[in-house]
Amino acid sequence: MEHDIHTLQDFMTHTKGIAYLLIAVALVALPLFWSFLTGRDDKKKTF
Amino acid sequence: MSQPTQPLKTVLTPFNIICGIILLIGGIITILRFTQGIGAVTNLDDNNPWGIWIGFDLLCGVALAAGGYVTCATCYIFGLKRFKCAVRPAILTAFLGYALVVLALGYDVGRPWRLPYPIFLSQGTSSVLFEVGLCVMLYLSVLFFEFIPAAFEWLDWKRARYIIGKVSMVLVIFGIILSTLHQSSLGALFLIAPSKLHPLWHSGYIAVYFFISSIFAGMSMVIFEHMVVDRFLHDRIDEEHDIESNNVALGFAKAAAFLMAGYLMIQVMGIAIDNDWKYLGTRWGLWFLFEMIGFVGLPAVVYAIGVREQNIKLIQWTSFWVVLGIVLNRLNISLVAFNWQLPLNLRYFPSWMEIMTTVFIVTLGIVIFKFIAIRMPILHEHPDYPDDH
Repeated sequence: MEHDIHTLQDFMTHTKGIAYLLIAVALVALPLFWSFLTGRDDKKKTF
Repeated sequence: MSQPTQPLKTVLTPFNIICGIILLIGGIITILRFTQGIGAVTNLDDNNPWGIWIGFDLLCGVALAAGGYVTCATCYIFGLKRFKCAVRPAILTAFLGYALVVLALGYDVGRPWRLPYPIFLSQGTSSVLFEVGLCVMLYLSVLFFEFIPAAFEWLDWKRARYIIGKVSMVLVIFGIILSTLHQSSLGALFLIAPSKLHPLWHSGYIAVYFFISSIFAGMSMVIFEHMVVDRFLHDRIDEEHDIESNNVALGFAKAAAFLMAGYLMIQVMGIAIDNDWKYLGTRWGLWFLFEMIGFVGLPAVVYAIGVREQNIKLIQWTSFWVVLGIVLNRLNISLVAFNWQLPLNLRYFPSWMEIMTTVFIVTLGIVIFKFIAIRMPILHEHPDYPDDH
């Protein structure tokens, strides 16, 4: 894909596009890791 | 006849003998450094003006001393009082850590009597290094005042202890502000060298990386430190501290694991934004992945397993793993991946005297820590000041 980048516009579109996809991955992965991390904590009733 | 030999036996322990030899060698190198110049004891040159005295003593020292501000913030700002027992050991470690950072800086820059010049006579206000210097000077002073109540309790200076106790909250807040500033600024120092630092380690977000990694480095150092004092100074720890330290390990490991996961994500994000994917397939890329997966990703998962299983031993050994990871990261940035394009014969490798000076400074820190922890109420509560830390 490197040869397709000719302008700053191309570069920003390419890198931002990947960054946005990674943010979506992070939004799924981090809560999953959090639930793994706290999976055996004592559950507190909030009601 | 056995009476006079008794004190000699207590002084000539293996610990004291080894420390004594190291301090003696360190003393000789110190004389050489300050009489013969920096060239006599180091392998530094114009290509590599910063060696392990900066890469290890300063960068690693500051990162690993972050336990002071992290523990204070946890206990006093976020109000998690169950971590109170970790505050004094963390502050002592941070105070000694920063004091030794300044000492190491004295070796590196030389002419230590001119150390106040950039602050009081010729301020370089446009320099990140000026901000770092100012913060370290102020934070070392703050840490001194945060530590001093323990000394006052030991000396039984009740009036002084009362007065310093009144301003402790101001000191805590000031200390946290200063730490957030200079922990990140140490990373920002490398923004100026995009052509020297390998692109995988150089990023526009390097200041954020330094700051976030300092938080979990500090937490891991607090856990690791308790493991060490529990092994060697167990008789100085009171029952309450002993029980609470398990809560500290579990709580800090949980926070550190999640922070490390987030840190890993923003590192990947940094690669994406700079479009550095092509470097991952190179040997430098493998070294980068070794650092990120081996010393951030895997320990985060092991921390999480330790928290789920409530396995304190596993958490403590993982904290040592994370501490090693932080050392590797700071050395990679300041030495290994720095000047990566230079031919091998122009690359820097520390001389034995540089390494020995670093060992000397670390040993000095351990000896002073032990001296203070044995005498002052650091690992236990003073009976006259219950619940007043």
